[in-house]
Amino acid sequence: MEYKDYYQILGVERNATQDEIKRAYRKLARKYHPDVSKEADAEDRFKEMAEAYEVLKDPEKRAAYDQLGANWQGGQDFRPPPDWDAGFEFSGGFGGGAGADSFSDFFETLFGQRGGMGGMGGAGFRSRGEDHHARVLIDVEDAFHGTVRNLTLHAPEVDNQGHVRTRERSLNVRIPKGVRQGQHIRLSGQGHPGMGGGQAGDLYLEVDFKPHPLYRVEGRDLYLDLPLAPWEAALGARVKVPTPDGEVDMRIPPDSQSGRKLRLKGRGIPGKTPGDLYVTLNIVQPAADSDKAKAFYQKMAEEFDFNPRAGLGV
Amino acid sequence: MTEHQESVSGIILDESTTFSLDELSGACEVQVELIVALVEEGIIEPLESRSVEWQFPATQLPRARKAMHLYHDLELNLAGVALALELLDEVSELRSRLRQLESSF
Repeated sequence: MEYKDYYQILGVERNATQDEIKRAYRKLARKYHPDVSKEADAEDRFKEMAEAYEVLKDPEKRAAYDQLGANWQGGQDFRPPPDWDAGFEFSGGFGGGAGADSFSDFFETLFGQRGGMGGMGGAGFRSRGEDHHARVLIDVEDAFHGTVRNLTLHAPEVDNQGHVRTRERSLNVRIPKGVRQGQHIRLSGQGHPGMGGGQAGDLYLEVDFKPHPLYRVEGRDLYLDLPLAPWEAALGARVKVPTPDGEVDMRIPPDSQSGRKLRLKGRGIPGKTPGDLYVTLNIVQPAADSDKAKAFYQKMAEEFDFNPRAGLGV
Repeated sequence: MTEHQESVSGIILDESTTFSLDELSGACEVQVELIVALVEEGIIEPLESRSVEWQFPATQLPRARKAMHLYHDLELNLAGVALALELLDEVSELRSRLRQLESSF
């Protein structure tokens, strides 16, 4: 397993005071918190720093970690010393939080697993299993047709000897048609198993859409930029428009300007009240890259008495 | 480490699903008292606040969870959480308006 340099992760010296560690963590946490940050790797970064802080904020754990010595480099292959954990007992609970559902193997080898105690410890006395939360990334098209996703979940489990170990579980989850960005799907009884015969918790999946090259999604509605030739915009036309459900024909009214928004009712994300597809017209002209094309533009300039800047007073 | 394959379906938590106070605190992995504090701070709202048995639209779950993450991870107090959430809402609204404007040019 890889050695983790917790000091380097938080950007502090090995002799930093507890206050310095707290300040460094808070500053980084505000920047990389997955609920706040727009950085692409925010979730992984945050997980790493939450783990580092979990160790360094606790003098007991920090002292134990420091005992490993200062010669290790982050990423180096690591084996715990044979007499590890002889002198330490870690009494403090683990705090819960975004992305902190699982710590690294390195952490778990040194300090044990977070076990089933999540959040503020409120669920500790309950025999019902913990709810499990995960995020699933889908394509916009999946919201139109539904899809099946294979998820690998890690759940702590207590074996016959009382050891906590991680059980890997693979689950095929049906993502229903009509799901929207940010919505949660609840799968009853698919969370962590209950203790002492208690019922299992639920699995909650948060749905996130992958960015789409054509469509922008806002709630139930989709937005699409539609390029038009100048004559299609000027004379009106019937053009083909892509939708996640396949092509549709759309009538472009004559004299349409760039930026005009047209609505295809009910072509957004399906549901009891389906969303709409908004099409923004974008007029593009053919390149003047041949004598013939240049002559044609020249003729237009002569034929039209047109000043596009009349509104600017010039 | 046994692996076995199952295929399961769930329900979308939309406006038509509601959570009781207990269910919401379970889904947020926090104690009931903290959910009550979120309501008192105006961060989440039950359907009828005067009702004896609070019911929350399931669409409040992401907000409640986000509030709890900020509370734990950034060590904010609830007034700070409320302010952060309002500002985050504003940022996401402005971002979406910006995307709309950019796409019409």
